[in-house]
Parts: sequence; C-alpha cells; structure tokens
Amino acid sequence: MRLKYLLSTGLLLLSVAGADAYTVFVSNEKDNTVSVIDSETLTVTQTIKVGQRPRGIALARNGAWLLVCASDDNIVQVFDAKTLEFVKTLPSGPDPELFVLHPKGNPLYIANEDDNIVTVVDIEKGTVVTEIPVGVEPEGMGISPDGSVLVNTSETTNMAHFIDTASNKTIDNVLVDARPRYAEFTPDGAQVWVSSEIGGTVSVIDAKTRKVLGKVSFQIPGVNADAIQPVGVRIARDGKKAFVALGPANRVAVVDVASRKVERYLLVGQRVWQLDFTPDGKQLFTTNGTSNDVSIIDVEKLRVTKSVKVGRYPWGVVVAPF
Amino acid sequence: MGECEASRCLHRFRARARRLARALPTLALVVLASSSLPAHAQSAPQPAAETKTLGILLLRETLDRPPPLSLLDIPPNDEGLAGARLAITDNNNTGRFLGQEFRLDVIESASADALLAGAEKGLATGQHFLVLAMGPQTLLKLADALKGKDALLFNAGAPDETLREEDCRANVLHTGPSRAMLADALAQYLVWKQWRRWFLIRGQRSEDEAYAEALRRAAKRFGARIVEERAFEAEGGSRRSDGGHEQIQQQIPLFTQNAPAHDVVVVADESELFGEYLPYRTWEPRPVAGTQGLTPTSWHPALEQWGATQFQNRFRRAANRTMRPLDYDVWLAVRSIGEAATRTKSTAYPDIAAYLRSPEFEIAGFKGQKLTFRAWNGQLRQPILLATPKLPVSVSPQPGFLHQSSVLDTLGNDQPETKCKLEGAR
Repeated sequence: MRLKYLLSTGLLLLSVAGADAYTVFVSNEKDNTVSVIDSETLTVTQTIKVGQRPRGIALARNGAWLLVCASDDNIVQVFDAKTLEFVKTLPSGPDPELFVLHPKGNPLYIANEDDNIVTVVDIEKGTVVTEIPVGVEPEGMGISPDGSVLVNTSETTNMAHFIDTASNKTIDNVLVDARPRYAEFTPDGAQVWVSSEIGGTVSVIDAKTRKVLGKVSFQIPGVNADAIQPVGVRIARDGKKAFVALGPANRVAVVDVASRKVERYLLVGQRVWQLDFTPDGKQLFTTNGTSNDVSIIDVEKLRVTKSVKVGRYPWGVVVAPF
Repeated sequence: MGECEASRCLHRFRARARRLARALPTLALVVLASSSLPAHAQSAPQPAAETKTLGILLLRETLDRPPPLSLLDIPPNDEGLAGARLAITDNNNTGRFLGQEFRLDVIESASADALLAGAEKGLATGQHFLVLAMGPQTLLKLADALKGKDALLFNAGAPDETLREEDCRANVLHTGPSRAMLADALAQYLVWKQWRRWFLIRGQRSEDEAYAEALRRAAKRFGARIVEERAFEAEGGSRRSDGGHEQIQQQIPLFTQNAPAHDVVVVADESELFGEYLPYRTWEPRPVAGTQGLTPTSWHPALEQWGATQFQNRFRRAANRTMRPLDYDVWLAVRSIGEAATRTKSTAYPDIAAYLRSPEFEIAGFKGQKLTFRAWNGQLRQPILLATPKLPVSVSPQPGFLHQSSVLDTLGNDQPETKCKLEGAR
C-alpha cells in the first residue's frame, strides 16, 4: 500500500509538470475553516477562518468571489477569492447546505436543509428573490447548462424536484432511491444524474421527459454493500465519464456515461464526499471527511496521485481558474 | 408474565398513566384524536389531481409504573405519539407530490380489551396499519385476534425477544430493537475496548432478568466473560425524600465489594430502580454499562451524524422537547408505511403490506445506512447507538464483527438460530 502510494506520488510529479496552476478551496465542516491548496505544488498555502459549519462552496463573478455556506450561522459568506478577504454576507434562509449559481452568474439557488425550501438570492443586491417549497431536507442542487431548469433533491422525500427558473415553480417531482444527495446535469443538458446515499444508486433522469432512464449501481469486492453510499457526482466536460464519490466505501467510481457502467473504482481517503475538476479537466479533487484529507485523481490515467492533509471533516471543494 | 412485569418500554408511559388513572376509569377508551396534519403552510407545488387518504392507527397502552430515579428521566405525556406525528408530517410532505395524504388516529388505554376493541373498530373503518406502543402480552392478544385479517401491526416499543422468536407472529413487524440486539451492540463495543470481564448486577423484575439473559448470551457470543453476577434488591416505596445520598454512598460500595477482577460493571435495571446509583459509587473504579451508564439504544437526542441534526430540529420544533427512543421507533413504523406508499404509488393495503414484506423495501433512518426488515421474523435491522446521557459514544456493529450477508445481522438472533416460524407469511 505504502509502496504503491509512493510510486503514484512519483508519477504525479511527472504528470503535473507543465500543468496550469489553480487554486483549490476546501471547506472544513468541523474546523470552521477553508483550506487553500495550490494545485501545482499540492500544498496548503493558507487556511482561512469562515463561519460555523462550512459546507457548500462555490465561485461567483467569474471566480472573483468565493461563496461559502456557513450552515450553523444561517448565512452565505462572500470572500475575495484572490486576496481571501471577507467581502460580505448574503442572506441564505435557515441552514444552507448546498447551492448552485445560475450559469449567467446570478441568482444563487440555496438548499435550506432545515426548512423544506430552496432560497433564491440575488448575490449582487444581497436580497432574497423568492423561496420555493420543496420536499423534506433539500440538499442537492443542479442547474441545466442553459440555466432554464434547476433540480433540487430532498433527502427524506426522496425526490428530485425540477424547477423552472423563469417562474421559480416546480414543474415535476421525480422519485429516486433513498436519501438523494446531489444532482448533476450532463454537459449537453440532456440528463440529470442524481445520487442516492442510502439507496446506493445514481438515478439517470431524462431532463426533458423527467423519466428515470436507468440507475447506476455499484459493487466493490470486499466492501459491504451498506457502505457504498454515493454522494458527490461530477461529469467530465466532454460528457463521457462521470465520477461518483461513494462515501464510506472510500472510493470514487468512474462511470461510462453512455452505458452507465462502472469502469473502475479509485481508492481515495475515508468517507469521500464531494468532488471538483480543475478547469482544464485534468485533475479531480475529492474531499475525504473522516481522514481529514483531499485526494487528487489524474483524470486521464484514472489514478489517485496524491493526498493532501486539510482541516477536520473536509466537506466541499471548488477549484478556481487561477 | 403479568401486567406488572411488562417490558421496559412501558415504564415510559407511567407518568401519563398515573395521571390518567386518576382521571379516568380503568377500562376507558381514552381518546380518538385525529391529527391529520397539513404538510406545509405554503401551498404544495403542483398538487396531484386526486388525493387519496391512508389512515394509520397508533395504539398506546398506559401502565402505572414507579417514577424514575432522575427528574430528567420523567417520560413526557406524548412519548411515541410525537414521533408518529412527525412521521405523518414527513409522509405528507412527500405525499403532496403524489396525491397521498396520511392521517393519524390515536387510541390510549390501560385496558387490553379496550385497545383490541379500538383496533377492530379501526379495521372496520379502513385502518389497516396499526402501530403498537404496548407490552408484549397485549401485543400478542391483538396480533392473535387480528390474525387472518387485513391488518399489519408494528411493534414499536416492546423489546421482548420472545416476540421475535417463539412467539413471533406473521402480522407483526418490529421497528424497535430487541434486547438481544441491544446487548449484542453493547457487547461488541466492550469487547472492542478489551473490557472482557464483566460484573453483572441485575434487578429483580422479570424484564431485568430478560435483559440480564441478553447480556449473558451476548458475552458468550462475543468472547466476554461474566465473572460475577449479583441481584440487587431494590425495595419499592418513595424515592423522593429529603436526603438520601448519604446512605447510597455507603450502600453501593459495600454491595459491589469483593467481586472478582473485572473490567466493567454491566447492569440490568430496566425500571431504573437502582442502576443510576452505580456510576462513581462502585467499590472498584470501573465504568458502568447496560441499562445505565453507557447504554445501547435505538436513538439519542444528541445524535447529529448522518443528517440527524435536521431531523432532531424538526422534532423539537414540533414537539417542544427532544426525541426519545420510543418516538424514533414509532417514527420508523409510520415512515415505513409512508415509504411503502410512496414506492408503490398506492394507498391500498395489499400493495403496501406486500411491499413492506418484500426484499425491495428499505428505509432511511438517519443511521448512515439503509434499514431493512429481517424476512424470518419481521425485525428491522438497524445500527444501535451506544451513548452516555449527553452524547453518543459509538455505534454498533463495531469494526471487525463480520457477517456473510449483512453486518447488521451480527446484532440479535440470526436466521440460522431463530426459533421463529412465521405462519403464512412471505
């Protein structure tokens, strides 16, 4: 194991040579901090204090702003992504967990886990536009590439709620397996992939007909089925491969989008939660909650190249294009 | 077993029972409170054209029991009921998207006959799902009387092993854990800690003996050893008096003196008559576990893992108190019915009952993994929390205890050893 690790670290040094350097932001749920990682040196360059229980993390204003859900403070905090200085707070509704920005850059759609609503926030004005009632414990948030359709998952209602962003009304509610955690559109906007943590599956939903086209299921030799709990999902920009974080199975599944078959399981840290690609799509960062680290996956070679120690219970991750 | 020997869950009803006993004749059918709750103040998005209603009946047996040692442990009047109400709200929150509405009716009585009459009346008016918070004798009486009818019963409170073993019934599912599951969960942790030598102190009530027996079985199963066993004679009477610690401080060290070398004191005192006196007072400085001290339980009000925080908050907002294990066990029963209605997209009894018994059924219960029913005796598989009064300490099954099909089946009686023969089920 250790030998393999050392070897792969060596490979990493070769593979990143020449790659662009990006800044990786990781929210540490238990530390109330965000770790800042240089994607080239793969070292933590800075750790900033944020609000209580930071979870969802994203960029706005073309990467100029870093947004952090401070769940226990019931706010979203805005930081300057370059200077890391605090800019302002945004209203978020109670217990914000995950959010997604409209592709045009505004508004921000926030899942309020404790209040059965999605809050729509104008990030420039800092005002609440509206609240959309959804199922119990809203969590996952995905938006279509054209921004017309928002998908929210509700963990206890076990549904993916399709919301028309023009009217902010739900247009459909699709039943999926237990405890849906994340919604991700394919780059062409044709499908929505929804992970079900307790159900142990990813439902692939046709975005137009809202029918479940099929489900991705996972089997890992030597890992108890109960431990396979899909959470974060990211689909590569070319739309060919999906990466699914499998929680306490400590693996990221690589799934062929067309056939919905698992091609490989990549061993990462413990309780892998969320994922994000570097802007060039070459690296994938995973947050590993229980082992307090981030794993880096080489997307072309499908290898885990390194892990980087961050704060306690890393939760969300976003990579900035600088 | 007589009424006075009923299971531990029942003492939770005792404060309410005492008050009721004063106010009402013994055989009174107390209440038929409808609490069909609107799911959300806001209008449901895209409500389904036609709404179908599914009625669930909660039957609560009230029993007169002595008060607990600690003022903190006095059971609330709505214990269990509050869990049912939250589950109805949760079900309706999903149901509004599917044209399903869930309605709760409640019958409370100290009389088994009155409860049976209520159940039969409910059945006649289309209530096929009965959630039972009652002692094992009353439960069996209802299960046998309703045998062969379109009724599915959920045992949410009685931990008795016999209900899952020789006295199992095909029309009963169990959402609360059995004593063997609780004891196995504790044993795995104590063995993981290498605390293998146990000094067992048990009360004299029959449920204490049942708990002690579960501990003996668990010790044998997981490689621990009971090096000494003593029965504590807890005399009844008033435990509220001015003064008292002076005597207990003398009494407990003497009682625990001269035991063989042991790592931990395990206690079987379901009625909470003396167990809380043990910690910090034993002759040897040893931790206490079992019914007091480190306790195996289906729920803990401070659990925050696996998204439980929002669940706890929801409960607190609705009930104005924290969630107790019986609330959770009842919540699981009512949610299971809701989940089956969601998955089958039906409110018809045969559809839901069949789905609940099928291998497809699974439910999320804020314990980090899916919960499913054991086909051989209708017991819900579930992780068991190990907790001190303030915080969860661990969750069993513990790492390293393996099983060929589900590690959750390392808790409680497993399929090869079960004495349950379900008649006409599955």
